[in-house]
Amino acid sequence: MAEHAAPAGTGRLAALVAWIDARFPMTKMWKEQAAEYYAPKNFNVWYYFGSLALLVFALQIVTGIFLTMSYKPSAADAFGSVEYIMRDVEWGWLIRYLHSTGASAFFILVYLHMFRALLYGSHRRPRELLWIFGVLIYLALMAEAFFGYLLPWGNMSYWGAQVIVSLFGSFPLIGDALVEWIRGDYFISDITLNRFFALHVVALPLVLIFLVVAHLLALHEVGSNNPDGIEIKKVKGPDGHPADGIPFHPYYTVKDLFGVGVFLVLFAAVVFFAPEMGGLFLEAPNFEPANPLLTPEHIAPVWYFTPYYAMLRAVPAFAGTQVWGVLVLFAAILLLFFLPWLDRAPVKSIRYRGPIYKAALMLFAATFIMLGYCGLKPAVEPFKTISVVGTVYYFIFFLAMPWYTRIDSHKPEPPRVTA
Amino acid sequence: MSAAGGLLAVLALGFAGAAQSATTGWPLAKAHTDVGSLASLQRGARNFVNYCLGCHSLQYMRYSQLAEDLALTEQELRDNLMFTGERIYDPMRTAMPPEQARIWFGNAPPDLSLIARSRGVDYVYTFLKSFYVDPSRPTGANNALLANTVMPNVLATRQGEQRPRYEERPAADGKPAQHLAALEAGAPGEMTAEEFDGFVRDTVTFLEYVSEPAKAERKALGVWVILFLLMFTGFAYLLYKEYWKDVK
Repeated sequence: MAEHAAPAGTGRLAALVAWIDARFPMTKMWKEQAAEYYAPKNFNVWYYFGSLALLVFALQIVTGIFLTMSYKPSAADAFGSVEYIMRDVEWGWLIRYLHSTGASAFFILVYLHMFRALLYGSHRRPRELLWIFGVLIYLALMAEAFFGYLLPWGNMSYWGAQVIVSLFGSFPLIGDALVEWIRGDYFISDITLNRFFALHVVALPLVLIFLVVAHLLALHEVGSNNPDGIEIKKVKGPDGHPADGIPFHPYYTVKDLFGVGVFLVLFAAVVFFAPEMGGLFLEAPNFEPANPLLTPEHIAPVWYFTPYYAMLRAVPAFAGTQVWGVLVLFAAILLLFFLPWLDRAPVKSIRYRGPIYKAALMLFAATFIMLGYCGLKPAVEPFKTISVVGTVYYFIFFLAMPWYTRIDSHKPEPPRVTA
Repeated sequence: MSAAGGLLAVLALGFAGAAQSATTGWPLAKAHTDVGSLASLQRGARNFVNYCLGCHSLQYMRYSQLAEDLALTEQELRDNLMFTGERIYDPMRTAMPPEQARIWFGNAPPDLSLIARSRGVDYVYTFLKSFYVDPSRPTGANNALLANTVMPNVLATRQGEQRPRYEERPAADGKPAQHLAALEAGAPGEMTAEEFDGFVRDTVTFLEYVSEPAKAERKALGVWVILFLLMFTGFAYLLYKEYWKDVK
């Protein structure tokens, strides 16, 4: 023990810490990941969404565990067990609303977090892998949400799953077999519900935890970007730490705590006063049990999928198959992985970029929201035309990026971060 | 436009759902329910038991929960709302066997536990007020909101007769067709129009409560949760400013 001398102020606690540190890198990890992780001091409001997404992830795990204690994953009992949770389980309604609202909040936070990366070039070198882990989290989250949405076994659950699963049926040759393999049956059935439950409560949460850890390790390895898009590691202070960096703990832990407060006020407002969010977070047809013989009047996926759903519907059948829409949908998501290499601007942050990227990005945000809106609506005019135009622009934004970011003007980056 | 503002805009647009039934286009009347009114809920429970429970179950609603939330003693519950020998922890099930119902109506009458959430209170309110005399139907009644419903007009004696007025309008193919334009009062019932509206409103209020018994508790608790969180946020802000004093 002598070589692991306890830190100053030796007491029983310090001795315990020393005992643990000799066997497990507790203090080392704490220093590396929090107390001596230097983050830029100029984070603005866009930098709250990452830690808030982590908070909601924890909330989903905890509420999910409690829901699992009372939920029954069978076609005969699932719908009734959710109503049992809503009525007979102590605080069941609160746990269920926290979980259902948490799902939508998770996507809102992740979309804002991703948009922040587009604003300040957080996906650019040396953070490409950090971005890729992030996109993988987004993909896993979409799968997690999709599997979870079937579990209440309402009629929208049923028909939403029916529509999404049948997308895979449009692949030539293997389509039908693939769909059967996913469902485990010839239609969405008890078997499908059981496997979706397994994937929702075990498989994808494990994948998500692994990816979130990888995302955070990658972040702390390369260091956080900031609204100026410059590297704070280039200018070190006399102590050898970045001159514009401050320890994550306590500075950003207390700042994020304030962010948590603001978020929770908004979150609680939805949970307690509008848990259905006018039919966006909990859709009205889902208060009827799954009925394979009766389709809802209008089938739309939950709002966070609708931008891609609009793209799917915007592509017409061609050469006797619908597969093109499905390919466009997958391509739209896969394009995100290539973003760090599509962007060729010499500066990262929107603050020093030229007018072309600024306009392109704002138009992209508006397009994404418009597509989401169209995806909620029936496939009629004007939504069909808007969806087509929006889909085309979505791809232009990414595919033309190497060209327009290179010809765009830019301002010089400052040597040190600005306020 | 920030993405945050944009997302909120999308959420706001979601509320602007058309106040119209997709089935017939008959306009929905506002129910103006107040699920916090105990008197309205008690009247609604009585209406439901007397006029609806004969055919429709509330399979997720227990009598005991009802008594607790509507401030009824067990004796009041038994005397006023329980007529078929259930125990108080039983759910409110109709005594009508579903196989018989299918023979009589062609369909088992749906469970109404969640009807106020799946269709909305305005829908149920409008539906109950939109029956009219139609001799061509087996029950002698039709409904303006849900055309050719198999449900008989069980409230006819209370509301009195409603007679249809048709208008000639061009149909989709351009030819003129008879179109249900309005419902007009015929022979009066036991109630005035205002009394009947109140009767239906109470019934719908009860169904709104049944669809989510925790609703009143949820809203009452929410106020305190948000007040606490605002206080927490205030202190968190002061803590943040205190720590950040030394960040230059």
